[in-house]
Amino acid sequence: MSLLRDKTAQVWIWASVLLLPLLIVLFLIMQGNQSADSIARFGWGFLLGTTWDPVHQIFGGLPFLFGTVVTSLFSLVAAGVIGLGAAVFLTFYSRGRVRSSLGVLIELLAAIPSVVYGLWGLYVMVPWLQGVGEPFLARNFGFLPFFRGASLGVGYLAGGLILSIMILPTITAMARDVLLAVPREIHEGALAIGATKFEVIRVISLPFARSGIIGALMLGFGRAVSETIAVTMVIGNRPQISSSMFAPGYTLASVIANEFTEATYQLYISALNEIGLVLLLLTALFYGVARLLVWRSTRGVGM
Amino acid sequence: MNKRHMSTALAGLAVLSGVAFQSGGQAFAQAANAASAHRVAAVTSLTGAGSTFDYPFFNKAFYVYGEQYHVQVNYSSIGSGGGIQQFTARTVNFGASDVPMNSGEVKKAEAGGGAVVQLPIALGGEAISYNLPTVKQRLKFTPQVIADIYLGKIRKWNAHQLQVLNSGVKLPNLPIVVVHRSDGSGTTYIFSDFLSTISPQWAKQIGRGKSVNWPVGIGGKGNEAVAENVRNTVGAIGYVELAYVLQTHMAYGFVKNRAGQYLLPSPATVAVAAAQKPGVTSTNFSIVWEPGKNSYPISGYSWVLLYKKQPNVATKNAVVKLFDWMEGPGQAQAATVDYVPLPANIRAQAHRLLATLK
Repeated sequence: MSLLRDKTAQVWIWASVLLLPLLIVLFLIMQGNQSADSIARFGWGFLLGTTWDPVHQIFGGLPFLFGTVVTSLFSLVAAGVIGLGAAVFLTFYSRGRVRSSLGVLIELLAAIPSVVYGLWGLYVMVPWLQGVGEPFLARNFGFLPFFRGASLGVGYLAGGLILSIMILPTITAMARDVLLAVPREIHEGALAIGATKFEVIRVISLPFARSGIIGALMLGFGRAVSETIAVTMVIGNRPQISSSMFAPGYTLASVIANEFTEATYQLYISALNEIGLVLLLLTALFYGVARLLVWRSTRGVGM
Repeated sequence: MNKRHMSTALAGLAVLSGVAFQSGGQAFAQAANAASAHRVAAVTSLTGAGSTFDYPFFNKAFYVYGEQYHVQVNYSSIGSGGGIQQFTARTVNFGASDVPMNSGEVKKAEAGGGAVVQLPIALGGEAISYNLPTVKQRLKFTPQVIADIYLGKIRKWNAHQLQVLNSGVKLPNLPIVVVHRSDGSGTTYIFSDFLSTISPQWAKQIGRGKSVNWPVGIGGKGNEAVAENVRNTVGAIGYVELAYVLQTHMAYGFVKNRAGQYLLPSPATVAVAAAQKPGVTSTNFSIVWEPGKNSYPISGYSWVLLYKKQPNVATKNAVVKLFDWMEGPGQAQAATVDYVPLPANIRAQAHRLLATLK
């Protein structure tokens, strides 16, 4: 009896392990299949084309790629800096009740549904940006090309900000967990030889937790890249490439969400699937780069 | 770990993925058809899918119908394209679309389920709404001015073309923020159809469609987002469904029609436009820019899609009864949610089409 149970368990375990890579491979194949018409028609021009015209059947994905990369990188930097700071505070500068209640609040932020963020963004953040935030930036930093043009409220800045807020709890929580796992002996040892508290954090703890922190950033970036509803409500939905953060933009996920239900001819559906394929490959590329970074930076240090 | 267990697992997963690769939709449709063919008693529930424009009207009307006749109608508001897809896959009893199926789509549906019948079910008009808090009077627009604004040729509210039309009004020196729909929508189709009809430049450069390549402007997802963007941005202009504008009390303007009259969109003016084309069919369905003194120029129908051959007698009776009611007493429900009831001649034509169902 226990031999049968053993064998069943082994089959189940193997199935589970193989399911994940199989799903990814299947996904890529199915996406590639669905995008075949569009790839055949446009080739590499799809990634370089800037016109998205369903009426004249011309599809180019560069503005969406640009929008996704810009908003996601912006949110990664903003949430990374703030999130890491918050994690350091939670780990090294707070204790007991403060630490646990702050931790709970941050995790609550992560649980808020995207649609709610989108509604808040559209009804609260966008009017504030249009009336207060963007004019302030235009007045004081208008010499930079990023803060030029009309203040509409919606745009790359709104999209980047809402993504930052959305991925902040993920990054903070993960970074805090990783920092908490740094062995206390190392921390105390450094203090014992005369390092200041901040020196210990900067020179000892953070490098020790480096791979975990990069992992946290990757997870955050993954969420930012795929976020659809919240972004489409505040980004302005205009497929254009612009140097100004005030300009309206468009992302890969948003165009799929906006146009999929009304795509009524094969090339249109295929082009939208190709957008999905590009999104998939972009995420895979970024994860690959991140893994490379983690591997290279942790060759010497252990974790 | 035993290699045999691994290959068993792999084999199991391969079978699962093979099944997944089969068109799941097809399997479901066949099952649904088989189930409906065996139904002997009266049909107590029907399903439909499609246009989001129709949703508020359908929601109200189907509820009232259910109370009276005890037939539950489930409608999924997934968009006109989704409605056509589900109708073609025969997973629903009826589809709903703001634009009737074109010949390619009809051919595809006919291949699966035989001849298709498309009936006008709802009627709507589009208001040009704007956000100018300092302007108290209602503004006047001509079709050419609207086209030029959406082409990006008129960029400021106090431009000469607008000032000339609104001579008693002090128009502010603000940039015009153009707002349009970002999602594929029948509302956009009607608006771009209108602009293509009155502006050769628009027809050539952009054309008509549920999604178009807008020269300027920001996109909002759904009527709600367009309205919100217009409300939030001083100097914004946007096209919104009449029902929506009436319920949210937004400012909207007069549009000059083909007879030279400046009209506001209203159930009366839209109905007059619809009545100008009594012979509307699924291939000749545009009612923008109709002649007639009180015709509102930006109007359009929404359509219901049915197969002529229904799976069995009980379903046919249920479907015909539902839509005879929708084209009759149901239109009174339309008025209560600020939709425009269909003109009598259109309804008569719909009844005739319904009688051909087998």
